[in-house]
Amino acid sequence: MAREKFLPRDRISDWLGALGRERRLFVPRKEGGSIVLRPFRSGEEGLFGVDLTGSAKTVIFPACQELFSYGQTKDRENPESTLLKLYPSISAEPTAVFGIRPCNAKGFNVFDRVYLGERFPDPYYQSARENTVFVTLACERVDNTCFCNWVGGGPDDTSGSDVLMTPVRGGFVAEAISGKGAVLLDTPLMGMAEGELAEAEAVRAKAKKDLGPAPEMDLIMESIRGLFDDLRFWEHVSDKCISCGACTYLCPTCYCFNISDEAYGLTGRRLRSWDTCMSFQFTLEASGHNPRPTKAHRLRNRIGHKFGYFPALHCASPACCGCGRCIRNCPAGVDIREILLEAIGHAKGLDREVANE
Amino acid sequence: MSRLDELKTSIKAELPGLDCVIGWQAGFDPLHNTPLFMRSTEDVDRLAWGPLNVHNCANYLPALRGRKVGIVVKGCDSRSVAELIQEKLIDRDNLVIFGMPCSKVVDLSKVGIVLEKAGTGLGQVKEVTIGADEIVVTVPGNSFPLKMADVAADKCLGCQFPNAVLVDRFFGDPLPSATDAGVKPPDPAGFDAMAPSERIAFWKFHLERCIRCYACRNACPLCVCRDHCLAGSREPHWISQENTIKEKLFFQVAHTVHLAGRCTECGECQRACPMDIPILALKRHMSSVIRDLFDYQAGTDPLAVPPLLFFRAEEKNIDEGGL
Repeated sequence: MAREKFLPRDRISDWLGALGRERRLFVPRKEGGSIVLRPFRSGEEGLFGVDLTGSAKTVIFPACQELFSYGQTKDRENPESTLLKLYPSISAEPTAVFGIRPCNAKGFNVFDRVYLGERFPDPYYQSARENTVFVTLACERVDNTCFCNWVGGGPDDTSGSDVLMTPVRGGFVAEAISGKGAVLLDTPLMGMAEGELAEAEAVRAKAKKDLGPAPEMDLIMESIRGLFDDLRFWEHVSDKCISCGACTYLCPTCYCFNISDEAYGLTGRRLRSWDTCMSFQFTLEASGHNPRPTKAHRLRNRIGHKFGYFPALHCASPACCGCGRCIRNCPAGVDIREILLEAIGHAKGLDREVANE
Repeated sequence: MSRLDELKTSIKAELPGLDCVIGWQAGFDPLHNTPLFMRSTEDVDRLAWGPLNVHNCANYLPALRGRKVGIVVKGCDSRSVAELIQEKLIDRDNLVIFGMPCSKVVDLSKVGIVLEKAGTGLGQVKEVTIGADEIVVTVPGNSFPLKMADVAADKCLGCQFPNAVLVDRFFGDPLPSATDAGVKPPDPAGFDAMAPSERIAFWKFHLERCIRCYACRNACPLCVCRDHCLAGSREPHWISQENTIKEKLFFQVAHTVHLAGRCTECGECQRACPMDIPILALKRHMSSVIRDLFDYQAGTDPLAVPPLLFFRAEEKNIDEGGL
């Protein structure tokens, strides 16, 4: 990849201003007690070293998105028939997102496997994805809830980023990861990085060291899938879950949606909105039957999907980026890491029992 | 024997007759405790007590109806238990209530603000020491002694009920009430003084970031529609899927109105909100209206009938003669 560039701290606002002139630009901003992505305001510096409360998936996969609008007109000659017209609403503005963590961007790899698959590529997702660049900041510090290294990531993971920036004294070392990212670094505001490279490497190495070693995760897929019928296990780990959707809506990899037609007389809109498998309604069938009637069934699905079924379909890759949002924002303190370790321990215990028989 | 040890001994003695006892234990880091469902004596050994027991475990009781369970309560939690009993949503006979005097819980958002100002954050906390009137929060290279008066949850600042209002086994000396009934509780958002147009502007700003996860609803111990909430109903389609402030505010107002005369201001809605939206202001306001109209405070008397659950031909504080 192209050689790293250096952006002095006092030029960050100019650079963001330049990015924002040619595309929509979103930056992290403090609002109330949380950190949200908002359109860049001229002169703004952005926030550094913080993690968004929610995830950047809102940019590509909004909480609610119009798929098309429609209108019906009555045929005067034939009153029984109506003419239905559909107005598709795919729009894709060139967009950049600045200042998110690498794990957040990595989450889109999970989306891509589903929404850009060969059989059913999703045009709404595809157009937004192709038109968006992600400038991520390598993590200088590791939070108590971080576990990116459990799922194959790291504080300087590049797999979802177009540009990775590493904070150093006096500025940032910027590395283009994709062609789309290289374009952003082609600016007179940046020079070639020289002496800063070693410092950037040291910053990244320290964050990795602070993460500590990840536990052995080789058995996770089999362990989770093997526990499918053990409802007592899921009842135990979901005791304190209150069945809200905070974990799924904040998650950079949760991609499930619901479709609603919002009708206004003869016109209307078809909306796609986030859905959550923590909700009773998620699998409620028209007959009234619900295959996931309790929170134990539903938490089993959430963990099972991320670490069992999804990896089984997609090259053993978990649907989790290890960002820790679900842990730090859970009103009841449900810790997905604890459940994973318990699942692995449980499977190992069962193996031992079988071996002893 | 410490008060906590006495409590543990008592729970262990009761446990054989109970399905479980709900309390708290240490969580994923030193600043976070988490609800604990005790089923064995080893579970009871993990029971924690102190200002990090922020959750209101009464939330779990309606779903456990039909089983005999125990619960450990703070004063405010006990009001939710009382209200659930008042509304016949749980059975007093199937419940053993354990309590200790509570001298305030921590509002982690307030701790977060202090840490962020110092260039660090909640995610960096490595150690927490709990003193009588302060907690000391340690991050790498720095320690922050925080006065409880500065970081306690708003509900604690004028707490009338530091001891359980309804309890079977109580350990420790009851604490005096911080304020008497009738004294107006703090109004941190300054909501009461706002003109209607300012209130709308306030909600427009704050609800913009609402993600409609409904943690506020699900954390509420009195939000008992659970799987049959109007927000999830498609037929009738009360709330649109459109991600607008109008829809979000509609839900919050519906929640508040549904809680009129029932809400005990435990603050779980606001604490649970991952986006830190100060939604308790709506409920506080409704509670003050209820206080003025009916001289009533929810969840303080398990034998009282909540004012909107029965009909009185003439209300003392409502002048209908002018109609």
